[in-house]
Amino acid sequence: MKLVDVGVGKTVKVEQNSARDYLKERFLALGLTKGADVEVLRKGPKNNLTVYRIRGAMIALRNEESRLIEVL
Amino acid sequence: MGLTAQSVRLESLKDIYEIEKKDKQYIIALAGNPNTGKSTVFNYLTGLNQHTGNWPGKTVVSARGQFKYNENEYIMVDLPGSYSLFTASKDEEVTRDFLCHGNYDAVVVVADATCLERNLNLAFQVSELTNRIILCINLIDEARKKNIIIDKEGLENELGIPLVLTSARSGQGMDELKNLIEKTAHKSTVDGAEELLYFNQDEEIREKISEDNYNYANRLKQKYVKEDINKLNRDKKIDDIITSKKFGIPIMLALLGLIFWITITGANMPSQILADILFVFQYKLDAAFISLGANDFIRGILVDGMYRSLAWVVSVMLPPMAIFFPLFTLFEDLGYLPRVAFNLDHMFKKAGAHGKMCLTMCMGFGCNAAGVIGCRIIDSPRERLIAIITNNLVPCNGRFPLIIVLSAAFFAFTGTFIDSIIPALFITLMVLMGVFATLTVSFLLSKTILKGIPSTFTLELPPYRAPQAGRIIYTSLLDRTIFVLSRAVIVAAPAGAATWLLANIYVDDMSILIHAANYLEPLGRAIGLDGFILIAFIAGFPANEIVIPVLLMAYMSTGSLTDFESISLLRQILLSNGWTALTAINVMLFSLLHWPCSTTLWTIKKETCSLKWTFAAFIIPTALAFLACFATATVYRLIL
Repeated sequence: MKLVDVGVGKTVKVEQNSARDYLKERFLALGLTKGADVEVLRKGPKNNLTVYRIRGAMIALRNEESRLIEVL
Repeated sequence: MGLTAQSVRLESLKDIYEIEKKDKQYIIALAGNPNTGKSTVFNYLTGLNQHTGNWPGKTVVSARGQFKYNENEYIMVDLPGSYSLFTASKDEEVTRDFLCHGNYDAVVVVADATCLERNLNLAFQVSELTNRIILCINLIDEARKKNIIIDKEGLENELGIPLVLTSARSGQGMDELKNLIEKTAHKSTVDGAEELLYFNQDEEIREKISEDNYNYANRLKQKYVKEDINKLNRDKKIDDIITSKKFGIPIMLALLGLIFWITITGANMPSQILADILFVFQYKLDAAFISLGANDFIRGILVDGMYRSLAWVVSVMLPPMAIFFPLFTLFEDLGYLPRVAFNLDHMFKKAGAHGKMCLTMCMGFGCNAAGVIGCRIIDSPRERLIAIITNNLVPCNGRFPLIIVLSAAFFAFTGTFIDSIIPALFITLMVLMGVFATLTVSFLLSKTILKGIPSTFTLELPPYRAPQAGRIIYTSLLDRTIFVLSRAVIVAAPAGAATWLLANIYVDDMSILIHAANYLEPLGRAIGLDGFILIAFIAGFPANEIVIPVLLMAYMSTGSLTDFESISLLRQILLSNGWTALTAINVMLFSLLHWPCSTTLWTIKKETCSLKWTFAAFIIPTALAFLACFATATVYRLIL
């Protein structure tokens, strides 16, 4: 499953980060590494951004980005 | 937000890696994730006033300051916040390059006690570069409020690096930090582990390292940090409303309107008092010059030219700005700005722009040159250019008062409570126009000369922090006052003298100013302005603050009203020079949209290293201003 498809309120584990180059580094820096817990907190206006709790921080990602994270 | 005089100073553009040091001087780098309170630590140690704000990316260039401790001097370098040494937005590059190549004697990695797991990653990376590292776990007071308890000894033993728990806001733990800095900076050996990072350019290996780092951080957190889930959910509950689909944008607009309302209402009286004092002084000054037997020409330049424009700038600009900025700073410190970026991202995405442009636009309120530098937080070169070119569409400190003063003078009709509401709505509308123009220009740019799709976007919503209201209001007020006053002296006074000269040197029965105004009159009329207004805007190229003083001086040198005692006369002066509601609206529009000031253009040139884009940043807003004013003037004429 992709992170983008996870419903609000659920917590999932990162399986794979298939972003590339710069975005991949950014994801890794934020702690989206294999096995990391991600909680889906909320969708923002127009369902454009979603807020996730990643490694204790609240991080907002667009659908285009969260599509690149495989989760379990 | 860098909404401070300091960040606006042009020297802050310099990023220096090699820092000169003398004997008994040590260089200490401050690194850390964005928004961990590095600047607060920096300010506490150095006693400087680097602006702090609760949003990632506030410090885009490194700041420097120093402090003395036991005979030695420590030069602190406050580096831009960085999640990792590998990500490479412009501001993070500064941090990476300094940490890899700078000649520092120790690094203090500042970590957020409420988000330790994420913050440790950078500490691990830095500890590969050097063993002269101190981990400063800051915001320990915030952590305590959230019932987060950190086992300092356990963590320190396990990590094997010196560790200190601090709350830089209250000064807690700061003496211990100084002590650790002294010890660490005097250590003799430096690990040269630089290769380890640099040769591991392989993505897979790095992914593995990140994973290991984070797993380790997670284990450390499980072992040494106790959390309270209920308290953790406080921010979540607030954000459920502030960033909700339904209320997010309405709340934002209401807050904006409220800030403007307080600004207008609050500025009225101090403006009047300042004007009274300053203009009484003008008569005294006048009298003094006359009794000294100074000739009219000298007296004219000094009193009617220099002093009067200075008095105008101070009385008109200072009160609204000294109210607006502290208020804005309160919201900033609370952590509201990233929520604004969150709420508006879908619009910026549609416009092909970067979501963080919202933050650089907010910086533009203080000064567009600072906003342009702030665009370094945007990673993609294409979107950074868009943000730079459009930054000017946010009214800066020099233009904002013009909008405030004119809307108060022209759109407060009834003399009741409504009088303060209508101008506030008007200003909100003007700012929204600016945002609309920004989005439109961004959209057009990203469909034409700056083609491309919006780049990736990750936005951290930092925890809300109760701002230290008293301190913020005090420092922000002081900062703005100094900023406005210094601008008044540096720019308004000379501009006043120059304008007075142009208005009083006659060629063929008419002053040079009137010749020029007559020449520009047809163009001015076509867009609902007049020749004098255009001259004032041209004169305002070095600094927008002087537009109103120049305009008034020009009018007064020709019109029937030759003097004024109070700001309430502003409306009369303008009306007697043929102003209508259209003129007022168009002057505001023109001010909002027109060309950037010389400092901003110079900064754009510096930031883009391109004459082409500097020219674009000049011509696009200018064309927009003429078009918009022409459109309103045409509509107005058709209707009336």
